[in-house]
Amino acid sequence: MKNTGLILAIVFQLTQLLLVVLAAPLLTGWVNQCKAWLQNRSGAGVLQPYRALNKLFHKDAVIADNASWLFRITPYIVFGCMWLAAAIIPIIAVDLPFSRAADVIALVGVFALARMFIALAAMDVGTSFGSMGARREMLVSFLAEPALLMVLFTASLISQSTQLTHIVETFAHHQFILYPSLAFANIAFVMVLLAENARIPVDNPSTHLELTMIHEAMILEYSARHLALIEWASSLKLFAYIGIGIALFLPQGIIEAGNWAGLPVAIALLFGKLVLLGAGLALLEAMTAKVRIFRVPEFLGTAFLLAVLGLLIHFLLGT
Amino acid sequence: MNLMSALPLDVVSGVILFWLALGLLGLALQRSPELICRFLFPAGAAISLLLAATGLWALGDGADIAVLPLGLPDLPLHLRLDALSAYFLILLGGASFGISLYAAGYFKTMQGQSLALLCLEYHLFLASMALVLIADDAYLFMVAWETMALSSYFLVVTDHAIPDIRRAGFLYLLIAHVGAMAILLNFGVMQAGHGISAYTFDAMRGVHLSALWSSIAFLLALFGFGAKAGMLPMHVWLPEAHPAAPSPVSALMSGVMLKMAIYGILRVTFDLLGTQLWWWGVLLLGLGLLTALFGVMFAAVQGDMKRLLAYSSIENIGLMLTGIGLTMIFHVYGKNTLAALSLTATLYHSINHAFFKSLLFIGTGSILHATGVRNMGQLGGLIRYMPWVSVLMLVGVLAISGLPPLNGFVSEWLLLQAFLLSPGLPNSYVNMLVPVAAGGVALAAALSAYVMVKFYGVIFLGQRRDTELHDAHDAGLWERAGMVWLALGCVVLGLMPVFVVGQIDAVSLSLLGVRLGNATADWMFLAPVDTHRASYGPLYFLLAVSGVMLLTVLLVRRLYHGRTRRGPAWDCGFPAQTARMQDTAEGFGQPIRRIFEPFFKIENEVPTPFDSSPHYQGVSEDKLWYLLYLPLKSITEKLSGWAGLLQHGRIHLYLSYTFVTLIVLLIFV
Repeated sequence: MKNTGLILAIVFQLTQLLLVVLAAPLLTGWVNQCKAWLQNRSGAGVLQPYRALNKLFHKDAVIADNASWLFRITPYIVFGCMWLAAAIIPIIAVDLPFSRAADVIALVGVFALARMFIALAAMDVGTSFGSMGARREMLVSFLAEPALLMVLFTASLISQSTQLTHIVETFAHHQFILYPSLAFANIAFVMVLLAENARIPVDNPSTHLELTMIHEAMILEYSARHLALIEWASSLKLFAYIGIGIALFLPQGIIEAGNWAGLPVAIALLFGKLVLLGAGLALLEAMTAKVRIFRVPEFLGTAFLLAVLGLLIHFLLGT
Repeated sequence: MNLMSALPLDVVSGVILFWLALGLLGLALQRSPELICRFLFPAGAAISLLLAATGLWALGDGADIAVLPLGLPDLPLHLRLDALSAYFLILLGGASFGISLYAAGYFKTMQGQSLALLCLEYHLFLASMALVLIADDAYLFMVAWETMALSSYFLVVTDHAIPDIRRAGFLYLLIAHVGAMAILLNFGVMQAGHGISAYTFDAMRGVHLSALWSSIAFLLALFGFGAKAGMLPMHVWLPEAHPAAPSPVSALMSGVMLKMAIYGILRVTFDLLGTQLWWWGVLLLGLGLLTALFGVMFAAVQGDMKRLLAYSSIENIGLMLTGIGLTMIFHVYGKNTLAALSLTATLYHSINHAFFKSLLFIGTGSILHATGVRNMGQLGGLIRYMPWVSVLMLVGVLAISGLPPLNGFVSEWLLLQAFLLSPGLPNSYVNMLVPVAAGGVALAAALSAYVMVKFYGVIFLGQRRDTELHDAHDAGLWERAGMVWLALGCVVLGLMPVFVVGQIDAVSLSLLGVRLGNATADWMFLAPVDTHRASYGPLYFLLAVSGVMLLTVLLVRRLYHGRTRRGPAWDCGFPAQTARMQDTAEGFGQPIRRIFEPFFKIENEVPTPFDSSPHYQGVSEDKLWYLLYLPLKSITEKLSGWAGLLQHGRIHLYLSYTFVTLIVLLIFV
């Protein structure tokens, strides 16, 4: 009996693994489509990222003469890390077998690992844009990571656990309680999400202008399959972040692993949430302007302060 | 005391004597430097491994005690090997094994006489550190402590022909001695006027001091050991002495000797002083956080690779002090399981730091040998010339940045877990302070990733900045062996956290009376306190990431192709790319300088557009040096100037001083 439960859970885990990797570009496509509509363009359609990936995979990779092994393995490491991260987060079902191996702090560690490799790979060829991008990326991340951790701490103080499974169970399966501290954490989380996923106002994913680019500057030297993997990993990262957001702030409807009957509903609900949140993200981006790089510390400092405020409110109110 | 239980202590004493003998043998062999490198350093390394094994063996047993018929008339030498000592002996043995192996290759090029002296000092240094750990009375402790300070001073000034190195050595010696004085005073307070036989640690354990006196003792110990550890504001010697010393010595000092100070703080506060007060913990927590943030901020703006690592050591020591402070807070409020958790995090971080910092320091030694350059701004692209060193250093860099699945992450994870469990303390201010302090820890950890990207990126990646670099060669066989050992240590400590935590439990049991244990029976998952709270399975994690990566590689090759062409770097179509267009160390640190501007004393020298040979220089200095040390120096100079007024060197003047003193004394009596 116990064995069948485990097998079921593993099947669920594999389902989610497959689902996230296939659905992640769709989310990116949806956000881009919404942005196009908001900008009065017709847009390329939600399937455009798949076409772009397919095209890139077919091309021959061109890498710089002096690129080292680090440059070549980085896309695979980044893709692996992001895929795994997105697969751990309980967005359809809780209690997935792999979620025990990494709690939220480890999840932040996985993001950091991927970021470290991509920053190092950016410096590997030794171009001016590459090292500039690496420097800026590390700047954004060292400001964003503490804010993210404070948000996660607030959630884990409420749920008495740093495991997303238990956080979700606390928020979703218990009686509905309004946590004021979570409201602050929520705003801070959205700010971190924008910064970490190279979105406006911190970075702009659709320009190649030296004054603005961060993420794009790091991956300038990549082409073909390497670039495809990195782009796909970026989609997965966005998916993972929105997944964390869902787990923390919108966990209703997430089922237990092994609950076959609930699966279609859970997947439908997840898609509904993603559609809404993706549109919201596009709206947020359309309404803000890109800020100067040295205003980014202020932006993320605000996120950090909000998260700390949430934490303090949790202590003051005692809930 | 039966024979079996006394054995580990005997082995440790034997190791100390063997090291001393090796040092003396080195002195005798000064005509054949070949032999010293080929045999003496590897022999010392083998003995290090024995020491680590002995520590592991002694960890679970109770304390061994021995009294030697040597020493002062009423105070024979007392030795004791308990769980805390045993743990730090493992650290000493484990790290010094790699460093000594490396040293066998590194010192190959040295001249006979200076090599012989270095061999003596090196092994004396190792022996004195082991002795510090097993000393059980204040006298032996101070002798060992001072031997450690002096031998390391002589090691730092190995290249004493260079004035800067002599200056760095003097600064180190000065601060080491101010610290030693404070430690001596601390022992004086703790023996509480019970006569010379009360200078044994055993007698001190029995003394009950009032809150005031134990606070004084604690503050003295904190000052004394903090000076050795590089705690703010006594950190100034670290960034001077570490770059000055030869690399294996920097590795020993940073990786191992700083931990002796951590050991000292733990020994005095958790073992010798019976009581603790809550504000001690808060003070340590605050100082630790300040030290950590200060260290990492300064590391980010350094241009010299060894100075950068020295500042990063300050950061790590800060994290350990934070951990000790947290342990103390939990312990005072009777939450012993949580105290055990944060103590475990601290001790885990100590051994992690010993491994990855030693690895990074000896790695810089290889770079120095290969290129002769310490300034990162002249390096670059070494990944193509030094494959072994670059791979091994990458392991160290990932470990020190606290990334899973390596060891730095485990201790950071444990520390953050301890912070998160803090609610429920009876003091509501402390209760609120602690999670906010967790934010500080997170910031320090995130910044250290920035520092390490800079360190690795500027040295190993990119194009070579100096045309002479293509002569750079990889590390030799001995050097490689030492680095492989330390890198392996980082990996194993990262993948086997349950085993390591199980070992640390012996220390928690002896200091706090509780063990942390593992909530699951599964050796793959680390789950302190409760499985529902948190769990971390690095091995599963590694397997899953590698599995997913392999799958990706296979799928991409299978469904598409693996065709690759080489071409010139694209760089957004910029035609003329030179190595000078890359970020230098200064450039990479610039955002940090700008964001944290108030903390630095910055001097910039920027060229005008019309300069024919433009030169840029930016110096970021430590404000504390100007605000604290220079005033202190001028006050000392003024005071000694006044004292100097008394001295004239004429005998009749001194006779009249004696006469006046006598008269004054007679009047009073």
